[in-house]
Amino acid sequence: MSTVDSSGTRGAGGGLDARGASATLQPEPGTAIGRFLSDGWIATRRNLMKIIRVPDILVFTLLQPIMFVLLFTFVFGAAIDVPGGYTSFLMAGIFAQTVVFGSTYSGSAMAQDLKDGIIDRFRTLPMSGAAVLVGRTNGDLVINGLSMLVMMGTGWLVGWRVESSFLGFLAGVVLLLLFAYAFSWLMAFLGMSVRSPEIINNVSFLVLFPLTFISNAFVPTENLPTPLRIFSEWNPVSALVQSARELFGNVPAGTPVGDAWTAQNPILTVLIGIAVLLVIFVPLSIAKFAALGKK
Amino acid sequence: MPFIEASDLVKTYTPKGAPVVRALDGLSLQVPQGTVTALLGPNRAGKTTTVKVLTTLTSPDSGSAIIDGVDVLAEPERVRRMIGASGQYAAVDENLTGFENLEMVGRLYHLGAKRAKERARELIELFDLVEAQNRVVKGFSGGMRRRIDLAGALVINPPVLFLDEPTTGLDPRSRLALWDVIESLVSGGTTVLLTTQYLEEADRLADSISVIDGGRVIAEGTADELKASVGGQRVALTLVEADETEVVRGILQRYGSGEPVPSNEGKTWVVPVDDGPTALSRIVGEVTAAGIALHDAGMRRPTLDDVFLQLTGHAAEDAAEDEKGAA
Repeated sequence: MSTVDSSGTRGAGGGLDARGASATLQPEPGTAIGRFLSDGWIATRRNLMKIIRVPDILVFTLLQPIMFVLLFTFVFGAAIDVPGGYTSFLMAGIFAQTVVFGSTYSGSAMAQDLKDGIIDRFRTLPMSGAAVLVGRTNGDLVINGLSMLVMMGTGWLVGWRVESSFLGFLAGVVLLLLFAYAFSWLMAFLGMSVRSPEIINNVSFLVLFPLTFISNAFVPTENLPTPLRIFSEWNPVSALVQSARELFGNVPAGTPVGDAWTAQNPILTVLIGIAVLLVIFVPLSIAKFAALGKK
Repeated sequence: MPFIEASDLVKTYTPKGAPVVRALDGLSLQVPQGTVTALLGPNRAGKTTTVKVLTTLTSPDSGSAIIDGVDVLAEPERVRRMIGASGQYAAVDENLTGFENLEMVGRLYHLGAKRAKERARELIELFDLVEAQNRVVKGFSGGMRRRIDLAGALVINPPVLFLDEPTTGLDPRSRLALWDVIESLVSGGTTVLLTTQYLEEADRLADSISVIDGGRVIAEGTADELKASVGGQRVALTLVEADETEVVRGILQRYGSGEPVPSNEGKTWVVPVDDGPTALSRIVGEVTAAGIALHDAGMRRPTLDDVFLQLTGHAAEDAAEDEKGAA
């Protein structure tokens, strides 16, 4: 530690002697696991600071979900007649759509960090590359968690209630966040594969908007034209929405359920989806990060 | 034994729909311990790619790179514990404050929370950023940003420092200030490899200069050696108007020992000469007799500009400007 003390300003001349006769600072003793966890935390903390410092993110995270809940409830609620009331039907759909869109942030932020050169700074440091990705996806998880809190509060105000149990409620929230977290890894991979952050924003809008709308998120699907209805039944977003509805107890008796296996087994479908996303995109993203310098 | 040694580095890129680019084309480089070497060359000469290889950011197609006996390609993790890098590519986080940036870098070097904070505080003082330390970097001026960037490279007191174009884009005053900072740093014994497209910068900061163009070193030596290699004196003319350039060229060709080189849109001409005073008086006599008005005429020693021009056939700063215009 004494190495730090010997460097300092060199008096009135204003000269600098950052190195002087002092030695290079050595790392604290630590295990590989300990360092990985520390790196992951530092990378996460950096992304959390960004949430606080960049107003756009806060607006996207907090205000937009509130707006969606209110708009859908009051605009569509009057026109769409579902058993149990539209607000109760809607909330799981809004949750799912918001957290899926929240995950795209990993993609655009990864692309932006690459462009800004901060990733190159990290790559000259003796830190774990995987930790950069862990920090990134953790950041999304926190953003999505905040969005969920805000949406649940707003939903409660307009009459949404959890009709199941506390455990069911917890399971529903965890499932939504876990799916979004797994999806963040896919987005992080895409973020490292594109040339600019704008591409991620545009593509995710073009892909995710139809994906979340051609589902059971906002409307009952039994009256959709057949091709859309089949798409919707096999759509993983539908499975996510259906799972959340069931876990929150927002599915009144008599609500029709699709014939597809995924519609019959929504929770299992989502769990499989989470596993598949993580098994594929965690290693793929880590390999992609490690290969950044090879091209 | 050199502290940094790069041998026969080759790195090619294939841009979409374009022929293969040889960013590095057999580049070799040696930097002795405790010295400053400048890589001097225009944009895309291969400066940044060289530094990226040495800082583990990119792997070459072939060749080897060794820093203090450690093979950069085989053991990048070990190399990362002994280098500091600063420059256009290794940036700081715009959304963090100056202090937070330095503390983060310290943590990522695994110094531990306490030492990372201590070191960040030290560097903030050292780089005269005390008042700005709790402001987000996004609001920093160009000069402050470079200082925090440089401070980030110094967090572990690394024995080796890579500075990629440390003053590019800075105004002259900030550039001078940063030069002072770098000079004080290297007086402490750090081995430094810096890249620059400014001849003046290489002249001022470096013990040794490697001129690179087209992905390889085309000349190396001290600034004086390089200047001497170009030899002799020069006559420089500055015209009031760049009207009769062909007449001027003809006169200079007659009395010069080499090809006259125009710059400044044809207003300034430089030609190497054997016998300075005689050539100067005759050239001035003929130019005046031809009715061409002169702003200035004189003899001068070769500068690094002349070196660069002679070696590459194009001016360093012009080439850099061209690249910028094309980008």
